[in-house]
Amino acid sequence: MNLFDYVRPASVAEAVAAASKPGAAYFAGGTNLLDLMKTGALTPGKLVDITRLPGLDRIETLSEGGMRIGAMVRNADLARAPDFAAAYPAVAEALLSGASAQLRNAATVGGNLMQRTRCAYLADPASVCNRRDPGAGCDALEGENRTHAVLGWSDACIATHPSDFCVPLVAFDAVVEIEGPEGRREMPLEEFYLLPGETPEHESVLAGGELITGLRLPPEAADFRARSRYLKLRERTSFAFALVSAAAALQIEDGTIGKARLALGGVAARPWRARSAEALLRGAEPTAESFARAAEAALADAKPSGDNAFKIELARRVVTRAFLLAAAGTPESVPALPASVFSSDTGVSIHA
Amino acid sequence: MPDTIPFPSAQVRFGSSSGQPLTRRDGFLKVTGAATFAADNHPENLLHAVVAVSTIARGRVVSLDVEAAKAHPGVVEVITPANCPPLALDPDEKHGLFGFRFDALQNDRVRYAKQPIALVLAETLEAATEGTRLLAPVYETEPARIGFDNGEPYAPATVGVGGAPDFDRGDLAAGLAAAAHLVDTEYETPAQYHNAMEPHAIVAEWDGDTLTIDTPNQAIVLSRAAYAAFFGIPPENVYLRSPFLGGGFGSKAILAGPQILCIRAARMLQRPVKLALPRDQMFGPVGHRGATRQRLRLATDAEGRLTALEHHAVATTSSFDEFIEPAANASHNLYASPAISTRHGAVRVDTGTPGPMRAPGEASGSAALECALDEAAAAIGIDPLEMRLRNYAETDPATGRPFSAKALRECYAQGAERFGWAGRPLAPRQMTDDAGRLVGWGMGSALFPAPMFQAEARATLRADGTALVETAAADMGQGAWTALAQIAADSLGLDIEQVEFRSGTSDLPDGGVAGGSGHTATAGSALHNAGTDAIAKLAEIAVNDPASPLFGAGNAGVEAREGRLWHREDETRSEGYGDILARSGMESLEGSGTGGRDPADAEARAMFSHGAVFAEVKVDPDLGQVLVTRLVGAFAAGRIINPKLARSQLYGGMIWGLSFALHEEAIHDRRTGRPVNADLAGYHIPVHADIPAMEALLIDEDDRYVNVLGIKGVGEIGITGTVGAIANAIWHATGVRVRRYPIRIEDLIG
Ligand SMILES: Cc1cc2nc3c(=O)[nH]c(=O)nc-3n(C[C@H](O)[C@H](O)[C@H](O)COP(=O)(O)OP(=O)(O)OC[C@H]3O[C@@H](n4cnc5c(N)ncnc54)[C@H](O)[C@@H]3O)c2cc1C
Ligand code: SF4
Repeated sequence: MNLFDYVRPASVAEAVAAASKPGAAYFAGGTNLLDLMKTGALTPGKLVDITRLPGLDRIETLSEGGMRIGAMVRNADLARAPDFAAAYPAVAEALLSGASAQLRNAATVGGNLMQRTRCAYLADPASVCNRRDPGAGCDALEGENRTHAVLGWSDACIATHPSDFCVPLVAFDAVVEIEGPEGRREMPLEEFYLLPGETPEHESVLAGGELITGLRLPPEAADFRARSRYLKLRERTSFAFALVSAAAALQIEDGTIGKARLALGGVAARPWRARSAEALLRGAEPTAESFARAAEAALADAKPSGDNAFKIELARRVVTRAFLLAAAGTPESVPALPASVFSSDTGVSIHA
Repeated sequence: MPDTIPFPSAQVRFGSSSGQPLTRRDGFLKVTGAATFAADNHPENLLHAVVAVSTIARGRVVSLDVEAAKAHPGVVEVITPANCPPLALDPDEKHGLFGFRFDALQNDRVRYAKQPIALVLAETLEAATEGTRLLAPVYETEPARIGFDNGEPYAPATVGVGGAPDFDRGDLAAGLAAAAHLVDTEYETPAQYHNAMEPHAIVAEWDGDTLTIDTPNQAIVLSRAAYAAFFGIPPENVYLRSPFLGGGFGSKAILAGPQILCIRAARMLQRPVKLALPRDQMFGPVGHRGATRQRLRLATDAEGRLTALEHHAVATTSSFDEFIEPAANASHNLYASPAISTRHGAVRVDTGTPGPMRAPGEASGSAALECALDEAAAAIGIDPLEMRLRNYAETDPATGRPFSAKALRECYAQGAERFGWAGRPLAPRQMTDDAGRLVGWGMGSALFPAPMFQAEARATLRADGTALVETAAADMGQGAWTALAQIAADSLGLDIEQVEFRSGTSDLPDGGVAGGSGHTATAGSALHNAGTDAIAKLAEIAVNDPASPLFGAGNAGVEAREGRLWHREDETRSEGYGDILARSGMESLEGSGTGGRDPADAEARAMFSHGAVFAEVKVDPDLGQVLVTRLVGAFAAGRIINPKLARSQLYGGMIWGLSFALHEEAIHDRRTGRPVNADLAGYHIPVHADIPAMEALLIDEDDRYVNVLGIKGVGEIGITGTVGAIANAIWHATGVRVRRYPIRIEDLIG
């Protein structure tokens, strides 16, 4: 690991000031940042430790409805916060389906949003990678790309955003709050992420020094709480990133769908909101056929970026299943194997 | 570091030590963190070493920025081929059966990714690590050859460790011609890397011409000599300590470049040096299981009896050495067939050299054979278990010799009963659960040789009636500290509490190799013989001493029990060990013993452990995700010294089999040869949620020929059978026959 400066600012303003110089990186849980520093993929000159910034570790219910979550709230704490899990069960389920218990205890909300793609070539400084080194090329294009993107990719980068947490957040119109040298701003999480296009090095809209301070979930998101699920396909039953995942939520009245929400994970450089699918479901009956049509629509523009054509069909089926599960109703408690197709086969509930 | 294991509370024991499910005696040390693994040693004045490894798979290192690395604060020295003193032996030569060529900075050539190209020494681990990065190597790169179709095929001289590549028995052509059914099928298994929880580590310290090394090692005394040879010193000058291994799986039995470099550096700098490989460096210089491509032809008569069995395997090896996964040999000893023909081919690729990895050959060969047999059963329309019974080998198919003991029929029967195999529908895709998931049942036969190596042991009776027993055995987590002490205590007629067991260091009698599933049998026999020898000597003294109550009983007329010698015919006549020694004025009495097999016995009989594994899987019909929901194994492996430890070994093997079937695969970039998943986030092994309800039944087997104790091994057999059982269950659930491991979601979504 390279030599670096380490600063521990006492306030958000100090943190932003410290991180505004090139080569600085925020240090939150460190579970992604340090791994990449160890491989030499990242060599920041300064780490700005934000773990002790005051006020960023709160989960608040807002007076106008909805909830605000500080950027330093740990993934595990958020998933197990009773009010939060009750209002946004699919988000809790997504959080608990990610990584391992140890990692979730360390990982933060802000860090989860900002985690880098798991494309192996990004982590390997001996490979060429446009994200790491703009203009260098993309080793994944002709390399090991079985798990790469099928939507929104470009020849400059075919990587996916790996987060589980962010998938339902995008489905529920979560808003990111940002503090920076130029002041405060906020935007929907969906718009926060950028598709690669010609400039894959710009992964999000975050500019130098800008800090994510928190997230807001709007009150309407809780209206889906009775029927919302996260479903994650992975290569082992737990502790693996999503091959494909989906957050699906429904409001059903008198046997027809009022509103629907759908976002996919593991398919694109950002959590992929599928509004066309949502629109198709409005007024439809909550049947397998309707959901299959929605799935078709969600993947209409998909194309393989390598040895990953199977992900397109898999994604369709995951969407259909996630909607079927949502239609059946949110379970009383998060299953022992969160977001797993085997959630009912083993263990007992861990989340009363 | 303790040579003996203190443990907190007395073990409850009923009767003799052997056969008792004692909890491992080192468990307390391990769970409290008190067990010293190699990298836990911090001698004073220690330097940290980090290996700089190549990022190309073939070519040459043109330059290294040694100045930049040396300028980094804390870096003390950088060793490269330019300043690395030569070793006493050429690492590019083969030295002995277990000697593999290795890379220790002998030149600037690169022959696989993650090969050592320099060693950086620093006052801290961090400085040494950064030093390797600052070396910024420049290469002359040649295209990497990765994968079966890009490598260089050739005919290997040997397979496994010194085995013959080809084998024929009977008339293959006739067997094929006589067939009513023929299955002709091909399976592929990927490269797998051992990845023990404890990566390879070493702390080396020189004192003049003597060397002390702390390093996890599966063959302690043997390795002492091997290390000594490379530094031109006598074996006695090397003191190797390996009280605990955090897993070995074969990769810690073989001497490799990084350890040699660390010792080299310690000598150069005259300071103790520590080297612990980071996880990604486990994917290069320390061995792996080569990939295989296997073609099987199974010819059967109308009833499913084999008329010919042909198994051809091609395995990958490195460009500069040979270890061919002997996969086809899995067809030699399991199923009766009048004609058996096996062949091995090899392909040279630009990876490190493969080596023995838990059940080398048996695992990958069984993974193909058990599925091929299932294919044959399906083609003929008979139950897979019936298929195996119809081809039950009453004598060893390869040699015609009788088996020393073979309780496989009982394994089939009890395993099937426990699993509930009866009533399994013949056709696939017949069973579902309440949630609509496909359910499938599959099975496989397990087989593993019961070899013995050479070992020595010493048993010393002490004046206070206790004993000291010594052998340099290796506990890789399998429980040698416990099972071997049980054997030793029994041989001495002492309670296990009264026996001090020393092990794990090279100054003790040679405990042999912890490998080939032969350690308990070999070191155990040596301990047993040493104890028996000590007791015989003691009896000799007693029966010849007129003052002893045993006087005149004759050597055979006494037996040892509870710390006393007893007259066989007269329970009132006995004497404690301490009293016998005291009267004859002896401080102690030493016995010695060796373990090994009489070559005549080995010639006369075929010796194997056997088993049957039954698996249930559930598969999501749309999404292709697989969960193994039940695994039942039944194993007959001779006498079981400690059922708790034996079951743990079998569980570990079965879990490994599950990993083989569904998870493990090292992926090398086709262009650069660099592994792209060289960490445990990317190189998947099962997690707890993948592990089903599991049972390992221990089937009684009385084997009078394998060795004096009747012990076979349980360390590796659990993998065999399991891989195929799971793959067969997936076929039974889905109707899809996947012929490439690991089986993936996309194979099953149709
Ligand atoms: C083995 C393994 C398995 C995993 N499996 C999963 C999985 O299945 N699903 C899943 O979703 N995730 C998974 N993860 C990823 C894990 O969720 C992330 O590593 C974690 O969420 C990152 O959070 P952190 O606080 O540790 O971030 P850090 O590592 O501290 O930071 C990550 C990045 O975010 C930046 N950053 C952090 N906080 C802020 C902020 N407030 N504002 C601006 N920038 C910030 C940092 O500068 C850095 O670039 C896995 C990780 C590992 C190591
Ligand atoms: S896919 Fe993206 S992250 Fe991966 S190598 Fe290409 S540019 Fe880099």
